[in-house]
Amino acid sequence: MYTVNGTFTSRWALATRVLTTGVRRSWRSECPVRRGYSTLDETPAKMQQVPKASRASSLPRKAQFPGVTNSYFTNQLVITTQMDPIATYQVMDTDGVVQDAGQEPAVDQELAVRIYREMITMNAMDKVLYEAQRQGRISFYMTSYGEEALIGSAAALHPTDVIFGQYREAGALLHRGFSLEAFMNQCYGNALDLGKGRQMPVHYGTRDLHFVTISSTLATQIPQASGAAYALKLQGAASTGDAEPKRCVMCYFGDGAASEGDFHGALNMAATMECPVIFFCRNNGFAISTPASEQYKGDGVASRGIGYGIDTIRCDGNDVWAVYNATKKARELAVGHNRPVLIESLTYRIGHHSTSDDSSAYRSKSEVEDWKRRDNPLTRLRKWLEAKGWWSPELETRAQKDIRTNVLKAFAAAEKQLLPSPQETFADVYAAPEISPALAEQKAEVMGLVEKYPDYYKIHEFQKSGGSQS
Amino acid sequence: MVPGLKHGLYRFRPQLLPKASEWAEGSLARPLQRRLSSIYATTADPVKGSPTGVAQSQLLLRTKEEVLGQSELQAQTHLQADVRQMNLFQAINDAMRIVLATDDTSVVFGEDVAFGGVFRCTMGLAQEFGPHRVFNAPITEQGIAGFGIGMAVMGHTAIAEMQFADYIFPAFDQLVNEAAKYRYRSGDQFDCGRLTVRTPCGAVGHGALYHSQSPEAFFTHAPGLKVVVPRSPIQAKGLLLSSIRDPNPTIFFEPKALYRAAVEQVPTDDYELPLGRAEILKPGKDITVLGWGAQLYTLEGAIRLVERDLPGLHCELIDLRTILPWDVATVVESVKRTGRLVVAHEAPLTSGFGAEIAATVQQKCFLNLQAPVRRVCGLDTPFPLAFERFYMPDVVRCYEAIKEVMAY
Repeated sequence: MYTVNGTFTSRWALATRVLTTGVRRSWRSECPVRRGYSTLDETPAKMQQVPKASRASSLPRKAQFPGVTNSYFTNQLVITTQMDPIATYQVMDTDGVVQDAGQEPAVDQELAVRIYREMITMNAMDKVLYEAQRQGRISFYMTSYGEEALIGSAAALHPTDVIFGQYREAGALLHRGFSLEAFMNQCYGNALDLGKGRQMPVHYGTRDLHFVTISSTLATQIPQASGAAYALKLQGAASTGDAEPKRCVMCYFGDGAASEGDFHGALNMAATMECPVIFFCRNNGFAISTPASEQYKGDGVASRGIGYGIDTIRCDGNDVWAVYNATKKARELAVGHNRPVLIESLTYRIGHHSTSDDSSAYRSKSEVEDWKRRDNPLTRLRKWLEAKGWWSPELETRAQKDIRTNVLKAFAAAEKQLLPSPQETFADVYAAPEISPALAEQKAEVMGLVEKYPDYYKIHEFQKSGGSQS
Repeated sequence: MVPGLKHGLYRFRPQLLPKASEWAEGSLARPLQRRLSSIYATTADPVKGSPTGVAQSQLLLRTKEEVLGQSELQAQTHLQADVRQMNLFQAINDAMRIVLATDDTSVVFGEDVAFGGVFRCTMGLAQEFGPHRVFNAPITEQGIAGFGIGMAVMGHTAIAEMQFADYIFPAFDQLVNEAAKYRYRSGDQFDCGRLTVRTPCGAVGHGALYHSQSPEAFFTHAPGLKVVVPRSPIQAKGLLLSSIRDPNPTIFFEPKALYRAAVEQVPTDDYELPLGRAEILKPGKDITVLGWGAQLYTLEGAIRLVERDLPGLHCELIDLRTILPWDVATVVESVKRTGRLVVAHEAPLTSGFGAEIAATVQQKCFLNLQAPVRRVCGLDTPFPLAFERFYMPDVVRCYEAIKEVMAY
């Protein structure tokens, strides 16, 4: 059984529960426990006692069915209603104080400061781009306020691990080395955007940094992550020697996405195919406006991992070191043992869902302010850094100023760029140079009209045609 | 979906019933003679004395000489003369075996694939190439499609099977919003072009609502996908090899009525047939008759009958083969010559792919047309069990339609 100080739940923990019925007290402290009640008296029943018939042999009779192979018969009609809640792994408290020195991560000053600076950068970028959307300069934006500790998960990965994201993981991409210019170019959809201006803002993607391009559809990335991880597993099995490090897949999604069928299919496939993938659920309590209480009834998203036989960790998602340690451990299991792992990272979305949302319609401003003050991922890390002597108010002031300057510089540069060539409308539907007969005609028609009505089509905002693939 | 139901259809044990000879006159009530598959395959009923059905078809290449004379195969000079008799599922199996043997990154997976598949298309592959490359998936079509996309994004050749085209819809989002758009939305940084989704489609005589559908048109509304329907074993092998190797995600619909019924001498070598290109199966000057998949055998039967009844009439029969992107040029060229078009498919008429063809043809051939474009299609109903005979665009309906268009 894998355990990380009693906070890490594995399929084996549940399996042993059945074997240890009757000695509940001794295992309760180690394992999640199902609570049940008898339908006869409708009071909480003693946990599945050993049936009388089998007491003589001191072993309960094993239930032999192809569907479940490790169950035992009982003569009590027990309805399993819930497990004890899965504990939430935490390293430092809201004041940045590490509770158990043994859990302090082995990170050096350089990495710790880098992560903190990236958090500040996220905030600065969010502020500028959110305002830019409000002024009508970009069409859409989504902030990461409150969820900055997610960067800890990216820091625990190998740079070549493949990331499949949802849309609120810009921090992971920033940590990978995506430049401010690249972020801004994408949000402007300009000629330098790697995505060629085709998608809404925040739909980042970069092959060089192994970050698969975001799509707006929820949860579709999850089964893809399972498949990609299976591919990595096959590649790892085929590779000779240790020249190339083994890789895994990191898949981010939200608590709302976990309600989609794709989530369930993906976890089931990853479990049955033993895929080296980390499913990282950012449970921020809201799916746009729908609170978690109306999203699901079970013990968060983590409890589902157990149901699929997937090793599961729940952590404090505002504690960057809890996120970091959890991901490190998950990566060990994924890469070392081809085991999928589910991490449920509990956090709070401080910002609105997107620029199309005003969250004051469904939650009070004071609730948000309270969270921001009481449990701020940046404050926690800053206090931890300051206690180490690795950060100071002076450094803070300077960093805030420098980062803001850099963000504004990148923003201004991106705004000056033209949009991509209109030719890019028609490319990449099929692999170049193929274009369907129908689209070839449409292209001729549209480009002819563009030439005829250049002002109407605002052709001056686009790069000149030609030189691009047809 | 109800997997038990699916299996039930194919695990039906007729020996539990009295044998036909035991239905003695008078002793047991003699059941109505129903031959469920009588408009298909080898047991097809003659229409007005004219033979129909796959077994009677001249479209199948049954001798080595015919095979070697086929122009597209002739062009592939590397082909040895070796041929082997295969039905359609064996030809599909042969294509996948070639891919698994020559492409180390390739995998084949889907529901019940490991033991050979419910239609036997993957027989022997798991034993030959191992459980890591040929494997069962849990019953989750969206999971299977997503898994295949993910593998393809990582550079693997992923051949996913959807057990029935009727059950492809949970994967609709993955195929339409993900597979079709991967390359475009990433600015050509990522693609899943190495994904091929195979799925059995079409009527078989007893499939009813959920084992009969031909949903190809749904996927033609998703630019970025390719949609292919083969008509025969030789075509299936060559087109499947092309689909798998094409750098775009492809949905490959296999007419399941042909799995066993269509038999040809298939080249044993590795060969490809072109995507995006229709094939003129029978040249003719008076009317263009267009279809794909199993419908071609119905159209062939109708043409045989109408040419018998109207001496001097020469119908041109075209197999579209690739539904998306479709070969506009070949069809338009043909209709400009003949001035008439009948297009037929099993899927319901409204918004079927015939509509797209009709619209394009009327635009491009307006002054050449001698009659309105005529569609002969499945009815705008769900696919009914007892009424399949009325639902189907069968030989009679196609025959009557051709005659009407000629008489316009």
